[in-house]
Amino acid sequence: MSQSYDRGLIEDFGRWQEFSAGMWAWVLHKFTGWVLIGYLFTHIAVLSTAIPAATGDPAIYTGTLQSLEQLAIVRVLEVGLLSVAVFHILNGVRLLFVDLGVGLDTQDTSFYASLVLTGAIVVASVPTFISGAF
Amino acid sequence: MSTQLTEPEQRTDESTTEQPAVEEGEESEGTTIPEWATESEESPGADDDESVRITVFRYDPEVEGKQEPHFDDFYVPWEQGMTVLDALMYARDQFDPSLTFRHSCRQAICGSDALFINGRQRLGCQTQIADLDTPVRIEPLPHREVEKDLVVDMQHFYEQMDAVDPYFRTEATEGGEEQRQSRENREKIKMSTRCIWCGACYSSCNIAAGDNEYLGPAAINMAYRFVMDEREEETIKQDRLEIIEQEHGVWRCQTQFSCTEVCPKDIPLTEHIQELKREAVKKNLKFW
Repeated sequence: MSQSYDRGLIEDFGRWQEFSAGMWAWVLHKFTGWVLIGYLFTHIAVLSTAIPAATGDPAIYTGTLQSLEQLAIVRVLEVGLLSVAVFHILNGVRLLFVDLGVGLDTQDTSFYASLVLTGAIVVASVPTFISGAF
Repeated sequence: MSTQLTEPEQRTDESTTEQPAVEEGEESEGTTIPEWATESEESPGADDDESVRITVFRYDPEVEGKQEPHFDDFYVPWEQGMTVLDALMYARDQFDPSLTFRHSCRQAICGSDALFINGRQRLGCQTQIADLDTPVRIEPLPHREVEKDLVVDMQHFYEQMDAVDPYFRTEATEGGEEQRQSRENREKIKMSTRCIWCGACYSSCNIAAGDNEYLGPAAINMAYRFVMDEREEETIKQDRLEIIEQEHGVWRCQTQFSCTEVCPKDIPLTEHIQELKREAVKKNLKFW
């Protein structure tokens, strides 16, 4: 055995067009998970700026949130947050069933179902989030 | 050294010598002549209506000019029932004797010729050319070191398999009596016994690619085959569970279902891994 050639991560993200349903589910679940963690810290940061409200001035808290909600970009991001959270929840339920050994034969169908359901919920939520923003 | 090979004259007698045995499923498609085979090919070298172009990964560390990995094209006359392995053997026998790949039984039992065909792990002998898009792209298994052309180093895979003691163990052989198994139990482990050690699943596993210590789907399936076998004693079952419940055992599986999708023997690998996960949890659950 003289020498060999390491083709590296030949099969990975360069071949995203060939990913199967299960792979996409995994990628999206990881991605949405990290987005939610990122949101969590942003959330804490924003709310902590309103902490003086606890000392007796609710106007600070209200003011902080109202000024944020006036920004169109925040409204759009909220829709994004909802879609990420909903997908993570639905796919999480799917993974729970996979862990319980239920519906492993239809795991791709359940992934597509969670995608479609996410889309439907997000579309339905758009009027609520966007109204008055633009 | 890119090879532009011209096709030799059509050899009709070839068809009688090679009768590819394709077992279990997938054979139905082979009877229809695909669209691309009936249309006239415009690509150079394809002077025959029914020739198929295969693009093969080439690498040879010992030959000057082949040390840089590249792809070679071969034009192989297509015939009904031709598998990818048949095409490779034709290319080797007629065009380039240095083309290297593993094969043995040609009927999906020896597990030698798992290849990366058109972006997916498949057995060369089990894959009908007629079912594939052309040109057929044939590469060695991903995530393995390439030794030469389509031959990869399987040592690590075999080590992972050995790590789970892939053989029947029992304490009750003193008397030499039969080890009986119920029909139900046999049914339960039936699919897991079909593993041919081809390594397709392990190669498709994204987690195994990033974590060299992960046992991988094939080894865990092998563990499943014996953990679920009722003929082994409880103490041995506990031994086996201890191996697979380690950090790089079953818990590394993130249910991408890649292995289940590529397995040429249709073993429900993810299902087996999930079941072992539950067994591992049950083993450690205590209600007191």
